[in-house]
Amino acid sequence: MSNAVEPRGLSKVGLQINGWLVYLFFYAPIVLLVIFSFSESRNVGKWGGFTLSWYEQFIDSSNARNALENSIKIAIVVTIISVILGTMSALALERFTFKGKRVFDALLYLPIIIPDVTMAVMLLLFFGEFFEILDNLFGLQLRKGFWSISISHIAFNISFVSVVVRARLAGMSTDLEEAAVDLYASRWKAFRHVTFPQILPGIAGGALLAMTLSLDDVVITQFVAGPGWTTLPVYVFGLIRKGVTPLINSISVIMLVSSMLLVGLSLLAERTRRGG
Amino acid sequence: MTAAVKLKGITKKFGDVTAVDNVDLTIEDGEFFSLLGPSGCGKTTTLRMIAGLEFPTEGSLSIFGEEVGTLAPNKRSVNTVFQNYALFPHLTVIDNVGFGLKMQGVAKKETKERAMEMIELVQLAGLETRKPSQMSGGQQQRVALARALVNQPKVLLLDEPLGALDLKLRQEMQLELKKLQRDVGISFVFVTHDQEEALTMSDRIAVMHEGKLLQVASPEEIYESPANRFVADFIGRTNLLDGTTADNETVVLSNGTSIRAQNTFPQGTKVSISIRPERTKITQRSESSDPYSSVQGTVETITYLGNARVYGVKFTWLSIEVREENRPGLEVFNVGDDVTVHWEYDAISVVED
Repeated sequence: MSNAVEPRGLSKVGLQINGWLVYLFFYAPIVLLVIFSFSESRNVGKWGGFTLSWYEQFIDSSNARNALENSIKIAIVVTIISVILGTMSALALERFTFKGKRVFDALLYLPIIIPDVTMAVMLLLFFGEFFEILDNLFGLQLRKGFWSISISHIAFNISFVSVVVRARLAGMSTDLEEAAVDLYASRWKAFRHVTFPQILPGIAGGALLAMTLSLDDVVITQFVAGPGWTTLPVYVFGLIRKGVTPLINSISVIMLVSSMLLVGLSLLAERTRRGG
Repeated sequence: MTAAVKLKGITKKFGDVTAVDNVDLTIEDGEFFSLLGPSGCGKTTTLRMIAGLEFPTEGSLSIFGEEVGTLAPNKRSVNTVFQNYALFPHLTVIDNVGFGLKMQGVAKKETKERAMEMIELVQLAGLETRKPSQMSGGQQQRVALARALVNQPKVLLLDEPLGALDLKLRQEMQLELKKLQRDVGISFVFVTHDQEEALTMSDRIAVMHEGKLLQVASPEEIYESPANRFVADFIGRTNLLDGTTADNETVVLSNGTSIRAQNTFPQGTKVSISIRPERTKITQRSESSDPYSSVQGTVETITYLGNARVYGVKFTWLSIEVREENRPGLEVFNVGDDVTVHWEYDAISVVED
């Protein structure tokens, strides 16, 4: 079908080329990464015949496995807590009026705007001071590690989850909740049976975003990780300093495939929910 | 008769805005009661207070004698049909209809049976597994009705439920709703801005304007003897002529013409006389006509409606609308014709400004 606003002639060809170029920029590096993760050569940019040895090396490396395990543990804790807190703040902002709402609203989105480095330094300072106070007051000897990383990730993920869930809530009319309470639902039941199913796609999207951001984060994690604690991206970053080997490629491919799996699963879940 | 709903001195303020202003109202059990008024008149707020979705700022509100002013909506034995139906999009028709029963803890089997019965009553049998988005507006309307009525409420509240339907379907639903109300025997409180709809369906109508109750009466009474200028103007079409009462028989119009008009106002009250377009007659100008119940003018506009003609007749100081049913053999006038417009003495009503 053609119509008056459809591009024709040279502009049509130009737009097509533009489209292909964009895809090339997006996906060529990924394709290269995957190819070279199977390369025999120690030199990252050189093809030396097919091998799975870099993947074997990853599996054999207890450091790498340890880092991956840490990453996953942190991502799970972070996702659960930031989804709960983020959804609650979204509900508060979208469905209730309270004193100081506008201030709360503005402050909530600060972590999205603040540069990662600033946030990292802030949190580093915070944990330093906080642990010292705890040590002085209670003699608690805390060290930076799992919880300092998790708390830092939660701190910025609440904002992201809140934004996503709020968008969904804003699109849902309050009529539905009113209809639920008119039909004898208590506030909690109205949330469970009406509001929650309606905003579930938003919550799922927020959870996915939180998990991805947590798995991805290098800057903040590096500052608050403390000695002997590392996540997978921080570990990869550390490897580069020792000299780049295709091991990095294989780790990256694993991360890529797992995040694609995550996204795919959530899309699938959404589709079956809609279809059912 | 028991009062189904009783409002005493009900006021609702939103910040500085008074949405409902000191309203006293009694709705009897089993009647079809309409709250009528232009948008922003407070009719929906009044309905929402009965439902419990808003709490009154002042006053007393009771349902069958029980004070419910600030009782939560889920604790009231009333149900609402919302303006845009507010059906739960993630639930099927049968789950939508059964929602209220489920929330009240009725057993699953009974919930299903009662929901099915109600779905059959509103003639949607066979569609119970559909989602609301797969249904037409009229069907969604029926689901909303079934979802409310299945709970056997003591009063059913309807917030402009027919507003989104097209004219033909709306007229069908009006009759159906009226019949349904008679069958279930409970009072329906119906909010609408459509005066024709209110006249068609209601046992009694409350006309509201700017938060105040102007008149509560039967459709006939509201149409025949409006309480004031606003009601006369809002209900049906009418010509309003400004004047002052000379005595209880006569009103002097603003140009000095005396018109015979029964009224009970003290002498010198500023009033309007309301002359309905269909209660006037138009003839060739004749000087012999009764000057107290006619005016002389010129045809200025003609609107052909198929079943009637509406003439706009221009006088020196105003225009009057005259409606003539399109009967065979009727004299037809043209623009520019000199005519006389007459009416019977009892065809007009005098209202306060």
